[in-house]
Amino acid sequence: MSLPYTKKVLEHFMHPHNVGKMENPDATATEGSPACGDMVKLYLKVDDKTTQIEDIKFESYGCASNIATGSIITDLAIGKTLEEAKKLNWKTAAEALGGLPAIKVHCAVLAVDALRTAIENYEHRHGLLKEKIPTTEDVVMKRLSRVINPLAGLDVVKTKLVQEVLVRDGVVTVFVELPEAHQFANNVKNEIVERIEPLWDVKKVKIVFRGN
Amino acid sequence: MKNTVIYLDNAAATRTDPDVVKSMLPYFTETYAVASSQFSHTPGILAKEGLDRARKILADKLRCMPEEVIFTSGGTESNNLALKGLAQAYRGQKDHIVCSKIEHNSVLHSCQWLEKEGFRLTTMNVDEEGFVDLDQLKKSITDKTFLVSIQHGNQEVGTLQPIEAIGKLCKEKGVLFHTDAALSFTQLDLDVNRIHADLVTVSAHKIHGPKGVGALYVRKGTKLKKIQHGGYSEFDLRPGTENVAGAVGFGKAVELAQPEHVEFIRSLQKTLCDRLVQEVEGVEINGPKDLNKRLPGNVNVSFRRIEGESVVLHLDMKGISVITGSACFSRSLEPSYVMMAMGFSHERAHGSIRFSFSRFNTAEEIHAVIESCKEVVEALRKISPLKDKE
Repeated sequence: MSLPYTKKVLEHFMHPHNVGKMENPDATATEGSPACGDMVKLYLKVDDKTTQIEDIKFESYGCASNIATGSIITDLAIGKTLEEAKKLNWKTAAEALGGLPAIKVHCAVLAVDALRTAIENYEHRHGLLKEKIPTTEDVVMKRLSRVINPLAGLDVVKTKLVQEVLVRDGVVTVFVELPEAHQFANNVKNEIVERIEPLWDVKKVKIVFRGN
Repeated sequence: MKNTVIYLDNAAATRTDPDVVKSMLPYFTETYAVASSQFSHTPGILAKEGLDRARKILADKLRCMPEEVIFTSGGTESNNLALKGLAQAYRGQKDHIVCSKIEHNSVLHSCQWLEKEGFRLTTMNVDEEGFVDLDQLKKSITDKTFLVSIQHGNQEVGTLQPIEAIGKLCKEKGVLFHTDAALSFTQLDLDVNRIHADLVTVSAHKIHGPKGVGALYVRKGTKLKKIQHGGYSEFDLRPGTENVAGAVGFGKAVELAQPEHVEFIRSLQKTLCDRLVQEVEGVEINGPKDLNKRLPGNVNVSFRRIEGESVVLHLDMKGISVITGSACFSRSLEPSYVMMAMGFSHERAHGSIRFSFSRFNTAEEIHAVIESCKEVVEALRKISPLKDKE
């Protein structure tokens, strides 16, 4: 029998390590969305003196590659400093799993992205940024281009769900072209807030729904 | 992995009935001559007799004449022949085809290819249960329309279109009606005069016959041109050496199909559907809620908050074979086009699982499947970041 997955992938898929929700994490990140068919949420606990990753957990809505990569990448990251963990990429993950089918690489990238974003979010909030780039409308739009529009499976910027943002004194206002009562309104709101809130100079994120 | 497999992918291919295999064997090792006319040698005549007997069995089932049954290599070829063959015949006179958005790809892609060749195409929407709307169909038909091609039972969600009403409408409007009935043949009545069909696609491996053989019913007098060229077999509509063994096996499979099989399959369908809804939280039925409006062997559900490929793989580890409409399962990385056409969210399509039964499944298997589904769904929900009401 030849499933497209290695034994290692299947082991991690059937019995993933480091899964679940973490109480009081130091940083979190979510990548992907149910609309794309894959989503990973990652939680970090970091020793603020050594910057070592003390604990890491992930949750996955996704296929076997997605779950297995989440499992292996968290295994690889635990105990590493943030600088070391940043060097992990999907290739490291894929190699540790004994290979992944090429068509599944995009599912595997998500867990790695989630780790990077969580680290970045931590750095923003703990004064660890090497270069403090002020948050502008452009910076916000760029980050929002990684939030998925659940209606379309593509990002909220490309699909024009978000066309306008305002940044004033650390308050970011994001205008969402959806009625507030829409079934996905809350989901979109949470994802946008989670994406923008960690930025070092952002005090508050306001979401204004203005669709009809 | 367990040794015993619970195979629930019968809408893809069924187990070839051992009696079907037995009926085919002499046509490999004894009566292997090319089927030919009565003015030929004895082995050729014997092969021809085998082929004709099979043709007669299919014709009796469809309530048509044997010369209206054209053997092909399967459902895909039958659909290609019907659409492209009619388009060739009507080229220069009429140029419009109507089909639905949830047709099998062999219909959809043939239609899209014809569109590139200059024909006009209307692909009809379906509602949230997968049904086409008769009023909309009526409006879609113009004086340039030569063909309506609407399937009988849907391959993914099992929706049974009202083909009798569609056929009647087409007859009134003076357009030809083709239906792809690969999945309903022998299980549901397909009397071609009752459903007013001019062309009907059927296939052997969906009904416990062998792979590589199908047929197209073509009503006598229908203008159809052959799309492959070579010899003159199959009433000069389908050249190529006849697959005699395949046709004989197909005939045997049709003979073996009994009404009580359908009742039994319906009972499995009802058990699985009812118990999944009652015993697993967050389950949505995809396709008609009224099981009588579904193919007997089809159940399709979405488990909320989890992704289908993971469910399929977990079930496979438990020896259960099913498929999903998730993008991760498809070669195109797109979610099921059938579910998209039904207006489902991507998430619902990604979480969809199709179970399809045959008479070789058992009630015990269905109970085992329900227990396994509960375990798998619980395990995957435990690690899902999506929670209730999010």
